[in-house]
Amino acid sequence: MIAQGTAPALKYTAQNDAAEAIHVENLHKRFGELHVLKGVSLSARDGEVIAIIGGSGSGKSTLLRCINCLENPTSGIVRVNGEEIRMKADSHGHTVPADRKQIERIRSKLGMVFQNFNLWSHMTLIENVIEVPVHVLGVKRDVATAEAEKLLARVGLAEKRDVYPAFLSGGQQQRAAIARALAINPRVMLFDEPTSALDPELIGEVLKVIGDLAREGRTMVLVTHEMKFAREVATHVVYLYNGLVEEEGPPEQIFGAPKSERLKQFLRNVG
Amino acid sequence: MIGVGGAYGKLYGGPVVRDLLEVYTTVVRAVPELVLILLLYFAGTDLINQLLTALGHAAIDINGVVAGIGVLGVVQGAYSTEVLRGAILGIPQGQIEAARAYGMPPGLLLRRITLPAMLPFAIPGLANLWLIATKDTALLAIVGVNELTQTTRTAAGATKAYFTFFMAAGALYLALTLVSNVVIGRVERWARRGMPSIAGSH
Repeated sequence: MIAQGTAPALKYTAQNDAAEAIHVENLHKRFGELHVLKGVSLSARDGEVIAIIGGSGSGKSTLLRCINCLENPTSGIVRVNGEEIRMKADSHGHTVPADRKQIERIRSKLGMVFQNFNLWSHMTLIENVIEVPVHVLGVKRDVATAEAEKLLARVGLAEKRDVYPAFLSGGQQQRAAIARALAINPRVMLFDEPTSALDPELIGEVLKVIGDLAREGRTMVLVTHEMKFAREVATHVVYLYNGLVEEEGPPEQIFGAPKSERLKQFLRNVG
Repeated sequence: MIGVGGAYGKLYGGPVVRDLLEVYTTVVRAVPELVLILLLYFAGTDLINQLLTALGHAAIDINGVVAGIGVLGVVQGAYSTEVLRGAILGIPQGQIEAARAYGMPPGLLLRRITLPAMLPFAIPGLANLWLIATKDTALLAIVGVNELTQTTRTAAGATKAYFTFFMAAGALYLALTLVSNVVIGRVERWARRGMPSIAGSH
């Protein structure tokens, strides 16, 4: 058992017997000369909400995108669902996934929500939500549609089911994108700065949906600039600085009693 | 079809595929169509027949229509490769990325996301190509196809009523274009269904 000196630490260690949904170990990512991630480790057990915070260029989005191989890690281990992503070197010496099928299988268990929503513009909301269940996962169309209607209702967009994304506000689009992610019944939800592209008055509605998901025990990894929100919903906070984990711990510790000077400085700047 | 394959090959293909396609689009777009038609018709049939004889088959007589359609297809393929390449580059990259992030295999991604998403950007260019192609058929006269212009010239020459016949031919080309425009307009409206109209009027 890990030493539990302080009360906040209990909240985190209490869940340590849950299965590990995501495991990242000593991850490196280089873009040419640029060394973005310099050996980052991260773990998300079932039911945990991991918030990744950090300044611009700290590597937090890259870290998230390495989990589902939208970026190929240069080296290190990524395990999703206990399954390690196999990598190989291509003819240019870049690391690429060894098995495309494996990546596709892993990706279909991860519900990714993007900063810019990335809804498919030629499909209505309901078509967006059933697209992956029907065409990738092989769910019957009527079953998927019934499920999608529930999900759209849940994010407050039931009456917008036949509207194309371009006719909706950013907040509505992002809520639809969350419904699309939920439709694959993901093991883990990945959020890449879900509110950064939104007008300030629309941020609340999206955070509310994400907060509800966190409270019902969904496993999530969340890259965010919303410190107040991270403090509310996260079970564990990771502060990245310059491609390394500078400090991590339960939100009470990270926001209440940060140890690192850089983290203190960061919190002062964003707070 | 050639265009889709060409554009995909140029954007995502390996270096060899890309170089080959570069040669194809450059050569075909550089050489006048008339020359290509003559080249492919006369030299092409010769080549095919030599091949057939070498393999022990009887030589065949390739008719002008087939050769003409073939050549126009190859030419249009080269131009549409570029049109479609531009259209694919016009798709917001995030939509492709979202499809990848949800585990879509490449074939499905092309069919479900890339092709429908690029269509609104491709249609104006493809419509141009189609209209040019309808007029390019006039060039096929040279390989003995009885197309509109050639027939008109024969008829006009025989009757000396040049004005009447060429006006009629012009009207027919115009009619073909107008019908095409209506069809293209419909297709474009359908392809742009997810996009707010720029003028703001519906």
